[in-house]
Amino acid sequence: MISDACLQELNAKARDIRVLTLEMIGHAGKGHLGGAVSIADILSLLYFKRMNVKPEEPRWADRDRLVLSKGHAGTALYAALSLRGYFPREVCYTLNQNGTTLPSHVDMRKVPGADMTAGSLAQGFSAAVGMALAGKVDSKSYKVYTIVGDGESQEGQIWEAAMFAGNHGLDNLVAFTDWNGMQIDGTTDEVNSLNPLDGKWESFGWHVITVDGHDIVALDAALDEAETVKGKPTMILAKTLKGKGISFAEGKVSSHSMAYGLDEVAAEIAKM
Amino acid sequence: MTFVKDQNEMRKVYCTLLSESAKTDDRIVVLEADLMASNGTKDFFKNFPERAYNVGIAEANMIGVAAGLASCGKLPFANTFTAFATRRCYDQITISAAYTNLPLRVVGTDPGLAAEVNGGTHMSMEDVSIMRAMPNMAVFEPVDETQFRAAWDWIVSYEGPLYIRLFRKNTTKIFDEGYTFEPGKVSLVKDGADVVLFASGIMVAEALKAAEALEADGISAAVVNVHTLKPFDSEGVAAWLKKCGAAVTCENGTVLGGLGSAVAECAADNCPVPVKKIGVQDHFGEVGTLSYLQEKYHMTAKDIVEAAKAAIDMKK
Ligand SMILES: Cc1ncc(C[n+]2csc(CCOP(=O)(O)OP(=O)(O)O)c2C)c(N)n1
Ligand SMILES: [Mg+2]
Repeated sequence: MISDACLQELNAKARDIRVLTLEMIGHAGKGHLGGAVSIADILSLLYFKRMNVKPEEPRWADRDRLVLSKGHAGTALYAALSLRGYFPREVCYTLNQNGTTLPSHVDMRKVPGADMTAGSLAQGFSAAVGMALAGKVDSKSYKVYTIVGDGESQEGQIWEAAMFAGNHGLDNLVAFTDWNGMQIDGTTDEVNSLNPLDGKWESFGWHVITVDGHDIVALDAALDEAETVKGKPTMILAKTLKGKGISFAEGKVSSHSMAYGLDEVAAEIAKM
Repeated sequence: MTFVKDQNEMRKVYCTLLSESAKTDDRIVVLEADLMASNGTKDFFKNFPERAYNVGIAEANMIGVAAGLASCGKLPFANTFTAFATRRCYDQITISAAYTNLPLRVVGTDPGLAAEVNGGTHMSMEDVSIMRAMPNMAVFEPVDETQFRAAWDWIVSYEGPLYIRLFRKNTTKIFDEGYTFEPGKVSLVKDGADVVLFASGIMVAEALKAAEALEADGISAAVVNVHTLKPFDSEGVAAWLKKCGAAVTCENGTVLGGLGSAVAECAADNCPVPVKKIGVQDHFGEVGTLSYLQEKYHMTAKDIVEAAKAAIDMKK
């Protein structure tokens, strides 16, 4: 359960993640905006309520982990990590600049708090399964969270990992699908439909919950439910809007990667 | 010398060539894995909807489907970024395309440092090396629009599997309209006698700049474009090695196993002479502009000049 005060705080953090993401890409001149802001609410809930982490000790062995398998949304993760105290805000504005430590795709060797490198889609998801498996092997109590894209879920590797995690009953693993219905070349239905996505995950031995991915109360309740499920990993199918919260990006396939500058950022922030 | 950019992006040229051929050659089928916009084939999808398929984000499957199509008489062109086109589905290409020796085309865009802001995960430094190591596979990297157009008939008629490494934006113009493409033969860009600069892709322009600078220092440098890394023109390369007695290789990728290795192997087999290798020196990439990364990784004309002088010194 979330108190009103906590909900307000988490919604504010989600907005902060969106604003910082918008700014970072504005400074860079272009970037993966749509799929970054579509997971802002999930990131807010994870980093500001659910996850047991120590920003001052990013490699703490017992920490909860998050693998952002859709690594192109790294900007939003960096925003969340910075807001959570892993590194200063100024670092954020170096996104994709020559010599930066913040590359467009998540990099665990460069970014404090990033638990896995991603960018070649679907590989992160398998790594998350491996982390959950290690937790079981070592009888650790940490949890592993992972976020995959719906387009990303067209990769065979997702389903290889899904089958394995299901068969091994990895109940310390909670995955989210950022179900924004879009990829680069169109809607997922146009390109190569995933339907029925819930049925697929269920048939692979997962506990499946479908929620509004921008409703922090519903997302939190889904995570509570996941904690009660034993012997199965949980997939939270988060229905989201690509570009959510940014007026010029919302609901557009073209929001995947957008070019804009600081003027647009200022105008957008004024509107918020 | 003044350098001009080609008028059209290579991906635009690619789509035009595909579309023109498809009108008369109904074997042609285009496959994409959610990068149709980046690879420039949108118009082909519009104009030939029954011969264009987007498999979604599933590169390994794309190669398998292409192999099946090829086995039924089609000529599939399967496109994605170089990193995903090669290492992501290396075994699928090896078994389903090369071992079977089926005529399909794997087209990788954004080679090496050209992935720029997509960063290290998207930079294929090793694609030439690994594709070259695959039996039956031909490897071709067009240097500019003129050469790409000139090579197109060969690309369409070549009987085995072929990997094309394609810079997708505007390239620097290297060849004039009178250029003739000889399949499997190196192309002379500039004559010279003291040192030969073997170059591929975007590094041909750097090599030309280097040759100009060397000329100012009284050194005569030849620039030879090795567009086809396989089948490799051992005869042509050996002739240049003999003539100049020292060489520098210039490639947009790792020096382990790529053009530098191919030339060094040829030298060892035919006429041992000094070979210096300009390229990525066994490390991963990172985000950055092309010029920043070329500078940082010592892949500029200036670096080629230094390497050329060092190679010439070794002759003595
Ligand atoms: C293996 C692989 N293939 C292709 C790409 C290029 N790519 C980056 S993002 C993307 C689309 C992703 O769509 P989706 O998973 O739905 O992400 P979202 O909508 O959440 O941004 C593609 C094709 C990649 N990064 N990795
Ligand atoms: Mg999507």
